[in-house]
Amino acid sequence: MTEHELDGNAMAGDLREVFAVDVTTAVATCGGCGEPSVVARLRVWGPAPGLVARCPSCDDVVLRLVRGPERAWLDLRGAVSLQVPMPPLGAPAEH
Amino acid sequence: MARTALPGRLTWRAAIVEAARQETPSARTLVLRVPDWPGHLPGQHVDVRLTAPDGYSAQRSYSIASAWPDGGTVELTVQRVEDGEVSSYLAEDLQVGQPLELRGPVGGWFVWRNAPPPVLLLAGGSGVVPLMAMIRARGDVRGRQPFRLIYSVRTPQDALYADELARRVRDDPGLDVRFVYTRKTPDGWPDPPGRLTVATINTYGWPPDFAPDVFVCGPTSFVEAAADILVALGHDPKKIRTERFGGTS
Amino acid sequence: MSIISPGFGGRRRSSQPDLPPGQYLTHDFPVLSAGPTPRIPLDRWQFTVTDETGAKHSWSWAEFQALPAEDVTVDIHCVTKWSKLGTTWRGVSIDTLFENIETTADYTMVHGYGGYTTNVPLEDLLDGKAWVAYQFDGEPLAPEHGGPARLVVPHLYFWKSAKWVNGIEMLQQDEPGFWEEAGYHMYGDPWREQRYQGD
Repeated sequence: MTEHELDGNAMAGDLREVFAVDVTTAVATCGGCGEPSVVARLRVWGPAPGLVARCPSCDDVVLRLVRGPERAWLDLRGAVSLQVPMPPLGAPAEH
Repeated sequence: MARTALPGRLTWRAAIVEAARQETPSARTLVLRVPDWPGHLPGQHVDVRLTAPDGYSAQRSYSIASAWPDGGTVELTVQRVEDGEVSSYLAEDLQVGQPLELRGPVGGWFVWRNAPPPVLLLAGGSGVVPLMAMIRARGDVRGRQPFRLIYSVRTPQDALYADELARRVRDDPGLDVRFVYTRKTPDGWPDPPGRLTVATINTYGWPPDFAPDVFVCGPTSFVEAAADILVALGHDPKKIRTERFGGTS
Repeated sequence: MSIISPGFGGRRRSSQPDLPPGQYLTHDFPVLSAGPTPRIPLDRWQFTVTDETGAKHSWSWAEFQALPAEDVTVDIHCVTKWSKLGTTWRGVSIDTLFENIETTADYTMVHGYGGYTTNVPLEDLLDGKAWVAYQFDGEPLAPEHGGPARLVVPHLYFWKSAKWVNGIEMLQQDEPGFWEEAGYHMYGDPWREQRYQGD
C-alpha cells in the first residue's frame, strides 16, 4: 500500500471529472523556476490524500487536486499559466 | 445535425467481465464489455474503482491493452503485485460475468495516433500493456511505420503476450521485438541477465537521425534509466513520451 | 450507487466499533507522500521554535537527543480512512520544548524538511498531547515514515503529524498548511470526522 511516484498521466481521470478537455496535454509553466512542462510529464505523488504534481525541473508544487466525496479542490497557484491545445480559430463547428 | 449534448463530465460506468485470460502465472487479461464505450486510442488508460461490501473503496489506473474496435471490448491486463489489494482482486478473484466500475478512456498524451515516423517502444515489465495496444492498433490499420519494441522482463515466464508478439513479428511487416532479461534468460540466450543498456538501445532501437516517436512505460526506475540513455544517445527529449506506474497495488 | 465487489478488501482490514467514524483497521503502515522523501544527515538536522516576535529557539540533533524522552503507545487515524492501533513511539514531548518559551500566540504552523506545513492550535500540542518522535516500534524512524523525526499528534488526523519535522512557528491567527489550503479541514478531529473544509 506504499504510494509511489507517478507522473501526470495518472491525473487524467481525476482532471477529466473537472474539465471538459484533457488537461494532461496542456503545458504548465512552473511558478517556481519558470520551466514549461506538459502536465503529463509532471512528477506526481498520490492519489491520497490528494494528487500533488511537481515540476520535473525544480520539484516545486505546480498543481494539487483533492477529491472529496462531493467536491474537488484544484490548486493551481504553483502554475504561472496553463497552455491548453485548442482547435484552430475559425475551424468549422463540429457537427 | 446540431450537436446534441455538451461534452459531458466524465463519470464512472459499469462494465461486465465478458472473459478472462491468464497471461502468465501472475497476470490476467480481463475482457470487458462496456455499454456506450466511446472508443479509445492506443496508450490511453482507465481508472478502476472497487468497493467492498462495507463501503471501503479503492481506485487504480490500468492501461488499456486492446486496440479499438477490435471486437468492441476493452481489455485490461493486470499484473498481480505482492500485497496489492486491487491487483490481486482483479488478477485472481473477479469472476466472469461480474460487474466492475471504470472511468475512461483518459490520457491524451501517451498516445500513438498513427503518425508517420518510425516508433520505438521501450517496456519494463507490465509497462508493455499500453505499448501492446499500439502494436495491435498498427496491426489493425496495417500500418507501415516501422515499429521496434524492446521489452525488459525478469524471466521468460514473466513476458506478457509472448505468443502473440512472436506471431505478429512474423505476420505484421516492419515489427521487431527484442527481449531483455534482467534475472534469468532462456537457454542459449547470448547475453547474461541484466538491465537495459546503452548497447541494447543502440543496437535494437532506431538511430536518433530517424527521429522516431519513442514511448517508454514501466516502473519509475526503468523509465528514468531508459529516458537517460535515449537522451544520451541523442534522441530529442520532446519525442520521448513516458508513462511511469509506481508498481500499481 | 457504487457496484459492490463481494470478496474485495477483506484481506487486510476490518472495521471495528471503537474506531472513529468511517475508519478501517489496518495492520501494515501505509506510506503517503506529497513529494520526494528528504534525506537529512543528522549532523545537519535542526529543530527550531519561532515565537511570534521572530525569536528562535533551536536544537541540534545531539541537543535534541539529550532532552528527556518519553515512550508512548497511541492509536493513529489517517484521513484516507485507515487507523492503526497501539503504535509505539519514542520522542520528546512538545511540553519539554516549550518549557522556556513565553508566548501569547494561540496557533502554530508546523514545518517539515521538503516544505510541508500543517497548522495545529498550540493547545493541541501541549499537556502531553504531542511529541517529536524519532523512534517507531523500537527502531530509528525510517525516512519514508518521516525520519529522522516527525511530529506525532495522535488525537488529530495523521496528516497533522508532519513528517521530517524541523520546526514550529507561532501564529497569532490560524492559517492553513499544505493540505488545509487544498480542501482539508483546518482542525481535523477524527472523532468528529472533520476530513474536508466544512465537515
